[in-house]
Amino acid sequence: MQIKLKVWRQKGPRDTGRFEEYVVPDANPHMSFLELLDVLNEQLIMEGKDPVEFDHDCREGICGSCGVVVDGVAHGPQQRTACCQLHMRHYKDGDSIVVEPWRASAFPIIRDLVVDRSAFDRIIGAGGYVSVSTGAAPDANAIPIPKVVVDEAFDYAACIGCGACVAACPNASASLFTAAKISHLALLPQGQAERAQRVVNMVDQMEAEGFGDCSNHAECEAVCPKGISIKGIATMRREYIKATLSQ
Amino acid sequence: MLKKLFGSPVGKKLVTGITGLGLVGFVLLHMVGNLALFSGDQAYNEYSEFLTGMGPLFYLVEAGLLAFFVFHIVTGIKIAIGKRRARPVGYDRYQSAGAPSRQTAASRSMIVTGMILLVFTVFHLISFKFGPGGPGNDDVAYLVAYDGGEPIRNMALLVRERFASPLYAFGYTAVMLLLILHLRHGVWSALQSLGAMKPSISGLVYTVGGLLGAGTGIGFLFVPMALYFNLI
Ligand code: HEM
Ligand code: FES
Repeated sequence: MQIKLKVWRQKGPRDTGRFEEYVVPDANPHMSFLELLDVLNEQLIMEGKDPVEFDHDCREGICGSCGVVVDGVAHGPQQRTACCQLHMRHYKDGDSIVVEPWRASAFPIIRDLVVDRSAFDRIIGAGGYVSVSTGAAPDANAIPIPKVVVDEAFDYAACIGCGACVAACPNASASLFTAAKISHLALLPQGQAERAQRVVNMVDQMEAEGFGDCSNHAECEAVCPKGISIKGIATMRREYIKATLSQ
Repeated sequence: MLKKLFGSPVGKKLVTGITGLGLVGFVLLHMVGNLALFSGDQAYNEYSEFLTGMGPLFYLVEAGLLAFFVFHIVTGIKIAIGKRRARPVGYDRYQSAGAPSRQTAASRSMIVTGMILLVFTVFHLISFKFGPGGPGNDDVAYLVAYDGGEPIRNMALLVRERFASPLYAFGYTAVMLLLILHLRHGVWSALQSLGAMKPSISGLVYTVGGLLGAGTGIGFLFVPMALYFNLI
């Protein structure tokens, strides 16, 4: 099948950037979307041009490295699917696709479709961890936690930190990402010691990184490859109110 | 602590949420109160007199309302400015991924519908509250006898005069439709902002919020429409 691509090209952080159009004449329906970009890049290299830079690692939807806006939707048209797991069988011969990087001032573009997501690392660094000693794996199993609680905590822990929530949010807010970690750890006994300090520090860091505020559009949940619920954002707000009132 | 509680990204949502719900309560009461006109002009004037006659309590409520408005607007504008700053370069193509997203024309246009509501509110206060017969605008033509006491303001007369004009009647209608839009996203959103939301009730609250918004907006339309079409 033939696929036309309109791809954002930008040489570096300070380049103004522009769209370029390409045609991949023989895309295979079994390819993933990233493999389509691989084929495009082989084509570009053969022509002596610069390949399109994009982030990827596992290519099986679990690492959170990949992420581009495909036809106006973060990770493309398949819900609960990272773009490495989006397959070309969802397209037809002759389709054209617009590919853009995540757009947020907190995620500066490094090159082409690659953005700097270290703001997320700094939000996690501000409190998204447990620093009390929790022992080794057998000790974790020695702490009884009800299954429903574990399941809910796991749903939040499933966040792969790809940044689609920020990319899709009309306000470029990082609320879903931040809330997922806060909600995850607030549910577990290991997270209790730092519970109040965690939510305050992480929300502060989210603000310091220059993400926008949440307007409850819930677009983040719709594009999240792990389907993380905005229920977590409500939890983050309750945690935040409790923590500031008790300080 | 107060700055943290209300100035942070979470805090801003507490402010829009609390003030938004407060304003919803106010518009709901205001809407129901307006319907007094259907019980006759005298009932309407007495209702108006009852409110203004409460004295200090009335001023307290007014001051509270003003404060709610100011905080609601300032925070709403801050969020709208922050959004531009957080994404200075937009997308070439952008679309919603669909449910469970609740992004709608209503949610996207909160700042626009809000701004129009603000302009409307100022105009509305000038034409009614501070209109003829109102504070600082004494006009004997707009007074009416009151059983056994001082004459009271003939609010019904003013309302009748105003809504005889198509500009008033239909301009008002248009703004009420925008209020419905503002509340369609607003009611559900406010509860989510206050952390009072969970998935099992979110669909219900969204529907009830929409109906509440629509009910309030439509409720406001009875008086101007009935007057314009000479039904009461
Ligand atoms: C009749 C008066 C009004 C009522 C009943 C009302 C009600 C509400 C409610 C319930 C919300 C949801 C709060 C939340 O999401 O936390 C809201 C949000 C909002 N309101 Fe109003 N509002 C009114 C007037 C205004 C005015 C005059 C403005 C002027 C700028 C405004 C701007 C906004 C904005 C921008 C939001 C969205 C905030 C966000 O992005 O989260 N509103 N309003
Ligand atoms: S490359 Fe790992 S999630 Fe897509």
